[in-house]
Amino acid sequence: MSALIQLTAVQKYYGDYHALRDINLTINEGEFFSLLGPSGCGKTTLLRTIAGFEGVSEGAVMIAGKDMSDVPPNLRPTNMVFQSYAIFPHLSVAENVAFGLRKSGMGKPEKAAAVKDALNMVGLDGYGDRAAHALSGGQRQRVALARALILKPKVLLLDEPLSALDKKMREHMQVELIRLQRAVGITFILVTHDQEEALVMSDRIAVMFEGEIGQLADPESLYRRPNSRRVAEFIGKMNFINGTASATDEGAKLLVPGLGKCTIPAEQFPQGVTTGDVAIGIRPETLAVLFEGDKAPRFEAEAVVDEVVYYGDMTYYDVRVAEVEKPLTIAMKNLIGRPVLDVGAKTRIAWDERSLVVF
Amino acid sequence: MATRFSSEQKRTMGLLTAPFTYAILLLAVPLLAIVLFSFWTQDFMEVNTTFTLDNYREIAEKPIYFSLLQRSLFVSFCVTLVTVVLAYPVAYFVSFKVQPSRKSLWLFLITIPFWTSYLIRVFLWKVILGYNGVINSGLINLGIIEEPLTFILYNVNAVIITLAHAFAPFAILPIFVALEKIDRSLLEASQDLGESKLMTFLRVTLPLSMPGLVAAVLIVFIPTIGDYVTPELMGGAGGKLIANMIQVQFLQLNNAPLGAALAIVAMLSVTAISLFFVFLNRRWLRGRS
Amino acid sequence: MKLRVYAIAYLIFLYAPIFLLPLFAFNQGTIIAFPLSGFTTEWFGELAKTKALHAAVQNSLFIALMTAVFSTLLGMCAARAGAMANFPGKRGIMGFVMLPLVLPEIIVAVSLLVILRQVLGVNLSNWTIIAAHVLICTPFCIAILNGAFQNLDPAMEEAALDLGESRWSAFRLVTLPLVMPGIISSMLIAFTISLDEFIIAFFLTGTNPTMPVYIWGLLRFPASLPVVMALGTLLVALSIILLTIAEILRRRGIAKAGGTDKGGFL
Repeated sequence: MSALIQLTAVQKYYGDYHALRDINLTINEGEFFSLLGPSGCGKTTLLRTIAGFEGVSEGAVMIAGKDMSDVPPNLRPTNMVFQSYAIFPHLSVAENVAFGLRKSGMGKPEKAAAVKDALNMVGLDGYGDRAAHALSGGQRQRVALARALILKPKVLLLDEPLSALDKKMREHMQVELIRLQRAVGITFILVTHDQEEALVMSDRIAVMFEGEIGQLADPESLYRRPNSRRVAEFIGKMNFINGTASATDEGAKLLVPGLGKCTIPAEQFPQGVTTGDVAIGIRPETLAVLFEGDKAPRFEAEAVVDEVVYYGDMTYYDVRVAEVEKPLTIAMKNLIGRPVLDVGAKTRIAWDERSLVVF
Repeated sequence: MATRFSSEQKRTMGLLTAPFTYAILLLAVPLLAIVLFSFWTQDFMEVNTTFTLDNYREIAEKPIYFSLLQRSLFVSFCVTLVTVVLAYPVAYFVSFKVQPSRKSLWLFLITIPFWTSYLIRVFLWKVILGYNGVINSGLINLGIIEEPLTFILYNVNAVIITLAHAFAPFAILPIFVALEKIDRSLLEASQDLGESKLMTFLRVTLPLSMPGLVAAVLIVFIPTIGDYVTPELMGGAGGKLIANMIQVQFLQLNNAPLGAALAIVAMLSVTAISLFFVFLNRRWLRGRS
Repeated sequence: MKLRVYAIAYLIFLYAPIFLLPLFAFNQGTIIAFPLSGFTTEWFGELAKTKALHAAVQNSLFIALMTAVFSTLLGMCAARAGAMANFPGKRGIMGFVMLPLVLPEIIVAVSLLVILRQVLGVNLSNWTIIAAHVLICTPFCIAILNGAFQNLDPAMEEAALDLGESRWSAFRLVTLPLVMPGIISSMLIAFTISLDEFIIAFFLTGTNPTMPVYIWGLLRFPASLPVVMALGTLLVALSIILLTIAEILRRRGIAKAGGTDKGGFL
């Protein structure tokens, strides 16, 4: 895999506001890359500096080995799917899709064939003559995709493309986008605030906070080994317990109040092994409520059910454990024959030191 | 920081250059010019450019100017009051009681008369209010009165009625816009919290529509001071206003400096009253919260 | 219900003078008062014969057309800027440009008269009126065009840029067609205002009077009043036609841009 986009020491200011802080980033050819973060973190600004709608205050944006600083958006090898889709309301679907071909030098029949192929690709064959303002949200998005992909850009930029769709449609389009990206082989850069969407779709994810990249990793590493508390809290759910650590040769000995003692290797300290007071992160699905006859594979502790939230396929329990200040959230699959406990029920819980992350 | 302004900000400024320059050249510069003129004097055909306060002294000393100004302000005040009080219920009706799809039809109907020939409209009020006019002949035919009413033409009343008619849409539209912005669930919340419909109007709707009301007052009060057509046609001898005097000074007596001084005095008076009104309104709104 | 009755009564008050116009325009009597005395189209025939009126109408049409074009161009600059990035002082500039909307017209009239005649020594002509009318019409044009430009998704033009068009062709291919109804409706409104404007025109008119100035002259002679009524009837009909077109276009423009109608011109 070769590098397609390189951002070096990019800074962006709006007056006194520091929107992008020292961004260094390489995005590869054919990659599905996501910029993930809460609103106002600078992810859209970063996307727009790649598209050329925003200049950089310092640093450089290179695409395919060329410096883009003096290249306006219309001359960059990037195309964008806008958050609002920006489908031209005064043009038909086919005219929208053909919009970028005006200067391509193609003849009429060639253009018509290209438009037909593009509409086919996004599953809108036969929609060419429709008026753009008569389309549904999902159809608008497909038109926006066809309109961008017909130009065969090196990079397709997607600015929160699914946020305007309802949940069912969003899940459907996630799968379709992945399929489309594999079919065309173009680099996709997706901006989203939805961590689940980013985990589902991306090869790699950059998590952004306050104008800087907090962590850059593939979805699994990001989820299992977040490199900081803010990443851990932003991606999925995570319980935090205050504990104490003492360093050993391979890692550390950990005292988790209320749960017990264990030894873990250094790799479970993403910021390096620390001693003394530490914050210990545990994902809800790595804990388990033990029912009658269940045995904990590693460690177990006594607990009282504090809150029950039933989701259908899952039940989330908040349980209180002696010496642990906040209730721990546990996610349990609702398997056949497994009861749902009531609030106040006494129970045992299982935990595993291999799933801990310590900061 | 590379530049102080982003490229879009620079393009915005570039676009504004044309209208801004135009307004500077044809509004700000001329306004400065009449300020300057008001400190000069007219010597027969020539303008004497020695700085003097003579024009303002003359305005202060001769009672005719003061009484004209007083009458003008009184007329503007009455017109504003009548227009805004009559307009508020209409704006309220269109905003709250008319179906959304029909709102623009109502607004359209309200604005149409405003766009038809102003001179002819004023003249037609003469026909309505006149000695043999619509009202008088109607009332006589119905046997309500025997002699035509005379208090409705060639006096201040006639001027007020005609101006109130002319400025009606100017009062309705800003109030309507302010009412449209009110989130309807606020009214439901107020009633849910135990207020009657009337109290909901007084405690929620009215304060929230205040910006529109203030805009309506200003957009009626300030321009009415500058109208000389209506007093000329409707006011008779006793209904002339300051604008007539300004017109006479410029176009008949050829005394531009005095006319300029009168224009500035009139302008400053309405501005001062308007600012005072806005100030009172702010105090009132703040006093409530 | 009571409110509806009141609103309808108010509309009757608004329309009262206009209803009278055709009554007297087709009335045989030469005095504008009741009772009416029989049907005639004589006054309209008179209109067709009056040479001085034709000259005044021609002047006014020329002034109104020029005013419509220039004030809409200025209005487009301001309205587009209004929908773009903010910078310190932008609100002040916009407010200043909108100022003629609340300024008494006589102030505009005398200040322009002073600067044109006394300071610059320019001869009064149709162009001096056009200059003043552009000044007072621009705020109205801005108000109308603001609606058109602010309903426009800024991503539209960016999308055109992104698809390879230059800034100018993005404006021409995407923005211009979408705001065109607003532009036409702005021109119609400016045209109507200018055609009807008297207070300023009376001060700045040269040797050739505009139509309102001509009407003002007629109003002093009782014998010419029926002709004024006939002229007024035609003008009202013309205004209503122009405004209806403006309103239809404005609505179509909003529908085209995918927005929802938020009501009137202002």
